[in-house]
Amino acid sequence: MRRAVTPYLLVAPFFLVFGMFGVFPLLRTAWVSVHRWHLVAGPEGFAGLANFRDLLLDPLFYNAVGNTLSIFLLATIPQLGLALGIAALLARRGAGWQVLVLVPNVVPVVAVALVFGQLLGRDYGMVNFLLGRVGVGPVAWQADTWAAHLGVATMVMWRWTGYTALLYLAAMRAVPRELHEAAELDGAGRWQRFRTVTLPGIRPTLLFTVVASAIGGVQMFTEPQLFDGSGLAGAGGSDRQFQTVAMYLYEVGFGRFDAGYAAAMTWVLFLLCAALTAAAVGLVRRVVRR
Amino acid sequence: MTGRFGQVLALAALVVFSLFPLYSTLVVASHDNADLAAAIPPLLPGGRLLDHVGEVIERVDLGQAMVNSAVIAGTVAVANALACTVAGFAFARLRFRGREALFAVVIASAMVPTQLGIVPLFLVVDAMGWYDTLAAVIVPGLVSAFGVFWMRQACLEAVSTELVDASRVDGCSLARVYWHVALPALRGPAAVLAMLSFATSWNDFSWPLVALDPNDTPTTQVVLSGLAGGYYTDYPLVLTGVLVSIVPVLLLFVLFARKVVAVLAGGAAQTGR
Repeated sequence: MRRAVTPYLLVAPFFLVFGMFGVFPLLRTAWVSVHRWHLVAGPEGFAGLANFRDLLLDPLFYNAVGNTLSIFLLATIPQLGLALGIAALLARRGAGWQVLVLVPNVVPVVAVALVFGQLLGRDYGMVNFLLGRVGVGPVAWQADTWAAHLGVATMVMWRWTGYTALLYLAAMRAVPRELHEAAELDGAGRWQRFRTVTLPGIRPTLLFTVVASAIGGVQMFTEPQLFDGSGLAGAGGSDRQFQTVAMYLYEVGFGRFDAGYAAAMTWVLFLLCAALTAAAVGLVRRVVRR
Repeated sequence: MTGRFGQVLALAALVVFSLFPLYSTLVVASHDNADLAAAIPPLLPGGRLLDHVGEVIERVDLGQAMVNSAVIAGTVAVANALACTVAGFAFARLRFRGREALFAVVIASAMVPTQLGIVPLFLVVDAMGWYDTLAAVIVPGLVSAFGVFWMRQACLEAVSTELVDASRVDGCSLARVYWHVALPALRGPAAVLAMLSFATSWNDFSWPLVALDPNDTPTTQVVLSGLAGGYYTDYPLVLTGVLVSIVPVLLLFVLFARKVVAVLAGGAAQTGR
């Protein structure tokens, strides 16, 4: 009898914590989302689907979704490409290089946001100084929509490219050498071997990184929130030009204390995240064939 | 790709890309605003760093914040190492009904974008009376799906079925098998998991921001964001705070770097970031 129970006791802590702080809050969100609900004061009456209707008519929500998608694409596509290049570059080099490219990943996101906020400052930032040297006028990194998206995307790229490269590197080393040799005998050039042997060989890892990037991208909060000097008071720039969905969620929930509306948004965002992940996976499956 | 010269150039670019933001943090933190506003911004570290450290400590309670963060992250790290090795051991080496299904739940839970659930999580934690207590930021982080998955993997590689079965036949209780057979074999991976959990918890921003009262129970990241907020951002001071705040995680990383890289290179980190 005891024997039969012990394994469950051993895995219980995980399910207890995950159930209580992962699953339960989400299920409760469904209840909260059909009410008018003040974050601190509690329920203020049944609302039906009013929160969802308001959300679908909310231009600020669409603005945040658009910004999130734009920053996600700007951060992810170059990141994955660059990571592939770095992995190929480090394939036959020592572990010291791997340690080096992992350094950005251990720097806290808050620190990354503040450091890049300074580097991308309009007046005294190093980036604008260097651009000025080659004759490009000062870029208003925070005020201009595209520049701001690019700036936030750069932070994400800086923190994750090395990490992704290490995952690709590990996967590349697991591709059997014979496949490369066979392709070489068939007269395939370097680029052709990369496309027909390496990429299909690391397909599972490619898919994993795409899924992880999509899930991370939808949740992006700290980098854009701290991107301009207004810090937590800000809403992603004077015109909300870089407000992401996670930031808008924060504003609604903890700025306006509208938990009902935030709960409805949480559900819609979960669906969007699932759709985005599926789309990204489908794209990679199509581009990289087995 | 294109000859030795191209490779050296690419490697140099990689070094600059990885380290320049950190170097520039040191440069900015050790100069005054007037220096930064010069026609050519400084490229070498200046001499004002220690003064700035003093000023930061005067202005915000960075010391208390770092103590709080260390308590939170330390607890989370130890708890993860223990709870995840226990669960990983059970999933890898014990046979029980529903094992595969339960493990599938672990994997699926790693795919949930938990940051988006911040409002419902707050409602639950607040209803428990945990607002502004360390429990609010510690307890939800006690275990991770990534840790369970990875410790199961490590167990499959390092703890032999024969040894576990033999100890059981000899009358060892499961607790003793775990303590004397599994845990010693998992020491390496568990230490790396503890280090990564520490870093994740130390670096967390949005949850402590809402679950704790920054005036009462500050954490490092929240204090830094506060230092940067306001009408005017005093970058030398802010980046001094940044430098001080990343010392603990960088130290840990330097200590564990080789092991962490070996783990990633083993492909074990494929369930979460």
